[in-house]
Amino acid sequence: MELRQVIAAIGLTALVGADLAREVRDGYCSDLLSDVLAHAKAGDLWITHQRHLNVIAVAKLRDVAGIVFPRRLRPSPDVVARAQAEGVNLLLAEGTAFEVAGKLYRVLHP
Amino acid sequence: MPSPTRVIHKRIYEVAPRDLERAGTVSTAVRRELLALGMTPDIVRRASIICFEGEMNMVLYSKGGRIILLVRDDRVELLFSDRGPGIADIDLASQPGYSTAPDWARELGFGAGFGINNMEQNSDLFKIRSRVGEGTVVRATILLGVPFL
Repeated sequence: MELRQVIAAIGLTALVGADLAREVRDGYCSDLLSDVLAHAKAGDLWITHQRHLNVIAVAKLRDVAGIVFPRRLRPSPDVVARAQAEGVNLLLAEGTAFEVAGKLYRVLHP
Repeated sequence: MPSPTRVIHKRIYEVAPRDLERAGTVSTAVRRELLALGMTPDIVRRASIICFEGEMNMVLYSKGGRIILLVRDDRVELLFSDRGPGIADIDLASQPGYSTAPDWARELGFGAGFGINNMEQNSDLFKIRSRVGEGTVVRATILLGVPFL
């Protein structure tokens, strides 16, 4: 499913919409960077509470479809700037990581 | 010993200790270089992960050092060398889940103890040499396929 459809379906806000046509294949939920590098797959939507610069590098290296910050958590301007420069989609969610993951799962696995 | 294959591409990157702001820039650059050389997505992904984990280990634990990207006809090599403090027990440090990371690093999602394991899992050949008080050298090699085909 295209990222813009996912955004509409589960009520996300695009903070950086670098490529909203990106195909979302699945999701991954983790705050451990090594764990994401080892187990997330290309095209996953990555749900995390980490909001520092290195998440942009991890997202880029793992080629995830985007990063979702739950609970209205907002990354700092330098992180947003890096995401724009690297072309990484950043999304904001109202609900908790559990809620975001649940909604995403239902949309992707109807 | 097989004769060494031709070096197609070589880059040397300096890594500063404790500089988390810049951490990740070497692996991002390596990724870009390999994509520009026309490497397959799988090779690029594996090399990027190896490089990120190695870079993070150098930033978090070492006194700084450098990373060398060496692309040969038949392989991609990543060499990490730092100026210490060295690893006393490499087998222990390589165990998944073992970590000496301070709390501040763990809170940022680093230091979960899977770094060396991730590097090894993505390498075809992997070697760590270390001397306490002197430094650590890691060589991670990805083979690009059977060279005579």
